Amino acid sequence: MKKKAKKYNDATVVNSKLIRRPIQRWFPLFVLPTFICFIIGFVWPFIQGIYLSFCTFNVPKDAKWVGMDNYVKAFSDASFGHAFWNTAGFAVISILVINLFAFAIAYALTQNMAGANLFRTVFFMPNLIGGVVLGYIWSMIFDAILKKYDTYLTANATYGFWGLVILVAWQQIGYMMIIYIAGLQAVPGDMLEAARIDGANNWQTLTRIIIPNIMSSVTICTFLTLTNSFKMFDQNLALTGGAPSVIMNGAKVNMTELLALNIYSTYNINKNWHGVAQAKAVVFFLLVAVLAIAQLTATRSKEVQQ
Amino acid sequence: MKRKLLSLLLVAALPLSLMTGCGDSGNTSGNSSSGTNDSAQTSDNSQTTDNAAADSNASAGGGSVYYLNFKPEADAAWQQLAAEYTSQTGVSVKVVTAASGTYSDTLTAEMAKSDAPTLYNIGNMSGLNDWNDYALDLSGTAIYDERVNDDYVLFDETGAPKALGYCYESFGIIVNKALLDKAGYSLDDITDFASLKDVADDIHARAGELGFDAFSAPGLDGSSSWRFSGHLANVPLFYEFRDDNVTEQPATITGAYLDNFRNIWDLYITDTAATPTSLATSTGDESEAEFGNAKAVFYQNGDWEFSNLTGNFGMSADDIAMIPIYCGVAGEEKAGLNSGTENCWAVNSQASDENIQATLDFMYWVVTSDEGTSMLAEQFSGIPFKNAKDSANVFGANAKAYASAGNYTLSWAFNHTPNVDSWRATVVTALATYSADPSDANWDAVVQAFVDGWAIEYTAENG
Repeated sequence: MKKKAKKYNDATVVNSKLIRRPIQRWFPLFVLPTFICFIIGFVWPFIQGIYLSFCTFNVPKDAKWVGMDNYVKAFSDASFGHAFWNTAGFAVISILVINLFAFAIAYALTQNMAGANLFRTVFFMPNLIGGVVLGYIWSMIFDAILKKYDTYLTANATYGFWGLVILVAWQQIGYMMIIYIAGLQAVPGDMLEAARIDGANNWQTLTRIIIPNIMSSVTICTFLTLTNSFKMFDQNLALTGGAPSVIMNGAKVNMTELLALNIYSTYNINKNWHGVAQAKAVVFFLLVAVLAIAQLTATRSKEVQQ
Repeated sequence: MKRKLLSLLLVAALPLSLMTGCGDSGNTSGNSSSGTNDSAQTSDNSQTTDNAAADSNASAGGGSVYYLNFKPEADAAWQQLAAEYTSQTGVSVKVVTAASGTYSDTLTAEMAKSDAPTLYNIGNMSGLNDWNDYALDLSGTAIYDERVNDDYVLFDETGAPKALGYCYESFGIIVNKALLDKAGYSLDDITDFASLKDVADDIHARAGELGFDAFSAPGLDGSSSWRFSGHLANVPLFYEFRDDNVTEQPATITGAYLDNFRNIWDLYITDTAATPTSLATSTGDESEAEFGNAKAVFYQNGDWEFSNLTGNFGMSADDIAMIPIYCGVAGEEKAGLNSGTENCWAVNSQASDENIQATLDFMYWVVTSDEGTSMLAEQFSGIPFKNAKDSANVFGANAKAYASAGNYTLSWAFNHTPNVDSWRATVVTALATYSADPSDANWDAVVQAFVDGWAIEYTAENG
């Protein structure tokens, strides 16, 4: 009986030669439309972007090769360094805040409490609002609160920085929570039961059973929060736009500017800076890629096979 | 076999239909960048009629015009005028308007296309430096000879006229004469900074009893701060450049008139209903509404406000006037308004000869024909061409009256500002800090943002 069932399950059907052969023969044709779009929309602009980072240009078709000049200029730009440290600090704090809160809420909402589904929806909703809209709304909220203390959001860099952390946490916790909930629900019930029978308390169950079992969720969530915080742009632009802008040690610095916004404002100085902004963007890509790969390798090694 | 062929054809059609999808969305985004749905509609219509016209015209060997318009508020008027020109001459005129604040991005993107704009906008010298390779030398053209003077022309380093202002604007302090009268004063009482301060201080002191205050809020939110970091800053820059005979972008400035800037800024933030710490987040709309709803006598802004004030707020044109920004500079009784332009036409020198000729013909028609001059007079307050019609804009008339009474016009010195948005951002940060706590130390930061900021941004732009 069991054998018969196995014979006709879905995998067998898909693997039959009748189905497989035409797929194998025709798949390039079916992939083609997406592949063309991928080339036009991603691969080609990406290659052109790298090429332009070695050029000076106003309109891309007028690009003139200048070698490493743009990279030299990018690294000697004080605002780029400042934006890097801002971004690094922001990334560390937002990864911690978002993941801790997201896990805590997910854990609470999987404990059979009343109205859990309602809360899940409510926590997830901020994710559906666009970054620019959120930025403007939160700038109004912060300003209204800070007005009580006779100050305002762009008065100093600290308000702007923590404002951005709060905004991003509010927006992303719900999303990460969903991923953690999925992870928590996949923790094998027999393992939890065995732990309970063996007399493990809640804390021991959490640290010895649950967390090792949801490491794949942790990998996904830290990866997403890491890349999200490095690529942060809309929220940064809409909340403070980099303000306050001050002159420090003979250089102009936008105190709350993160890397992506810095690249954007570099591009807008004038045509001499288009190439430099492009060079910064390439450096930025390498940085995000290296960090993401390093982080993936690190957390993957902690994942357990169920 | 037949069936196979059919399925192959169908699959091959798939990417094609996807491509058409891409093409379509490209079009829509082009249209949506022209501002409202309405205008997108018009541009669609004009485009279809244009195509027909271009076809019929192709045999005549004429070129076509593609105008990338800078002013969203004038989009509908340009679309209409373009359609009118096409119906009269058969020459296709395409007008696309960049969404507010995205002109330079749109221009860069459009210039990279094979069907690039033939007529576009250059705002100031920095803009000309960026686009000089794409700007036609206008000397000797019919349109260039229609200008009244050289005030609104941008010349490149070789002295060739490359961009031609088609309208100019004026800003100053807008006054509600009816309220001023209620407070017991008239415009004649204000002739310099001292008299302006006396009037404003008195009105502010009696604000409770009068029911209105002197100045509308000088908000430093992004929607309002350009009135001060840009326009008000023009006053000290103008006087400094006048003293030093500066005609090109200077590498450094001295800030010689920043004490005068402080005079007028102190007046703005003192004689107003707004509290100092609220200024950093107070918006342009709030300030406009305050003036429009007769809660303030003075409101610093430009002649483009005319239609809003008389339309949306229903103010009578007889009740409003614009006066110069006085700040305590010697001889300022003879000051006029701040007049200048960021609206200069440039013709794409890399377009084909027929298209360049068609564009020059269109421009000439706009400033000489009845339809064109009427449209310019309706949309803009000052038009620097020989055949210009009188505009209904009271503030434009004020500017002309000051000039013809022999008062000097404050030209737009701020057009020389290097890396202008960044420079202004630093000034706004410093001004906001100073407004919340008007100490000398905080004013020093404003001076630093002005003077050191200028040098830094100049190096950034030219280094």
